[in-house]
Amino acid sequence: MLENIDLSLVNWSRGQFALTAIYHWLFVPLTLGLSFILAFMETIYVRTGDEKWKRITKFWMTLFGINFAIGVATGIILEFEFGTNWSNYSWFVGDIFGAPLAIEGIFAFFLESTFVAVMFFGWNKVGKKFHLASTWLVAVGANLSALWILVANAWMENPVGMVFNPDTARNEMNSFRDVVLNPVAIDKFTHTVTSGFVLASVFVLGISSWFLLKKREQEMATRSILVAAVFGLVSSLAVALTGDMSARTISKVQPVKFAAMEALYEGRTEAPLTAISILSAGGEKLGEKKIYDHKLQIEVPNLLSMMTTGDKEGYVPGLKDLIYGNAERGILSVEEMMERGKYARQVLTDYRMAKELGDSASVAALGARFRDSEFTDNYFRYFGYSFFEHPWQVIPSVPVTYYSFRVMVGLGFLFIVLFVLALFFHRTKALERHRWFLWLSLCAIPLAYLASELGWIVTEMGRQPWIIQNLMPVGVAVSNISTGAVQTTFWLFALLFTALLIAEVSIMTRQIKNGPKH
Amino acid sequence: MKKIRSILETIFRFYIDGFRTMSWWGKKVWLIIFVKLGIMFLILRIFFFPDFLKTNFSSDRERSDYVIEQLTGNN
Repeated sequence: MLENIDLSLVNWSRGQFALTAIYHWLFVPLTLGLSFILAFMETIYVRTGDEKWKRITKFWMTLFGINFAIGVATGIILEFEFGTNWSNYSWFVGDIFGAPLAIEGIFAFFLESTFVAVMFFGWNKVGKKFHLASTWLVAVGANLSALWILVANAWMENPVGMVFNPDTARNEMNSFRDVVLNPVAIDKFTHTVTSGFVLASVFVLGISSWFLLKKREQEMATRSILVAAVFGLVSSLAVALTGDMSARTISKVQPVKFAAMEALYEGRTEAPLTAISILSAGGEKLGEKKIYDHKLQIEVPNLLSMMTTGDKEGYVPGLKDLIYGNAERGILSVEEMMERGKYARQVLTDYRMAKELGDSASVAALGARFRDSEFTDNYFRYFGYSFFEHPWQVIPSVPVTYYSFRVMVGLGFLFIVLFVLALFFHRTKALERHRWFLWLSLCAIPLAYLASELGWIVTEMGRQPWIIQNLMPVGVAVSNISTGAVQTTFWLFALLFTALLIAEVSIMTRQIKNGPKH
Repeated sequence: MKKIRSILETIFRFYIDGFRTMSWWGKKVWLIIFVKLGIMFLILRIFFFPDFLKTNFSSDRERSDYVIEQLTGNN
């Protein structure tokens, strides 16, 4: 079936979604992390009564406000795209997205919009403690908003807590608990928000370093560096921990993505973790996909087995196991999954035909199969595989996934070093003497954004070709619209978001140059 | 009733004062917010992003039938 789909339409629709999501994500993580940094700074102000902390808080609050205001509602465009470009997907998802997104809307509207106003307009108008509580509620509200979006995204990667209704062609939620406590959702939320904390900490560290380089506002900069370094270090360690948890979950629910992240083709016991290598395409192929060899490899023995299975001799399946199957390890081949998926699709077809013919006995019997766990667990769960012609079509881009993952992890470790050095230099009162460190901190700001975006590239490119893991490939999800319409809106979005980004950078730069108010 | 009115008045004044005494960057970002929302909802949403299924089908039944056909079409 995928052969009948206009690939150009699919690619432009994917490109448009990626463009809007990447731009949207330039605004979000700073809001997530900076809101907590403000809360910490204001807490110090309220506890100590030191007016300098109030001034520092107000300065960073200004930058938070600019980012918040320019980024607000940019995510709504993604919802427009669902309805226009991805209508089959939107319909198939059913009410699974409805509940989390409605809760997100309520949180975003009531918590953030109410308390953001108190945060900005309330200085000297409401009590200190009420103002502080508002700042904390903005931080908690912003992060809880992210929770619901990430729950919806996690469902796409590990669809749970639903039953498919063959009458409506929609998935219906039968366990809100399973959807919210989806292991992918928990890992994704903790990893994503803590990475936002790291990005905001790097931002505060970098801007403060700029002030020190310019020999301006040294006290504000030094105090800000202390808060950013402590928060950043704790958050970086949390990112490493949650990243490890996330990788372990991925190895179970999205093993093909995991194998692509590691460029692991041959499954093995005592699998080493490749720290870095250069991927080189040899002559061999897996179906029509190139197989990449590792050159100049630096690896840690047994670590991959240890990290994924908890046992240094544990077996980690490679792409060949996952495509061709491995009976000894209980891994089904993709061909077998395709057969099962085709059977599930045939049952759905028969159900549709029976309904059209008014054959109520068959309708009852076939409809019951979609509520029978034997059918849903063994056949319908592979429904999406029925759309493929060849097993190798389920392999994502290995180089993109592999390199994105390594650069992201490498930058994560760089930030840990940066925060440790910041704390050391702060303690030894040597920050201003080490100008190289101040420059490094300033240059780390774009690197933090890069790491954050690469995280999403690993997540989303690594799970190709699925829009909903195992149930719906992206090719089946698109609407039957013209490619030209998608191309037009692609460029419109590129213009709109670029204008917003330029506005943000220019207003923020001007505000930073102005410095805090005296 | 009087108390509720007084609270509402206080909240209203709080917002009005806040907007009146807003700094240059505050005014600028509010302008950006309005322009952005205008472009998004009055231009993009209406002219470029109609809901495909809502526009092409008049009932949920028809939408379901269409999607099922898409899912089972070539089977």
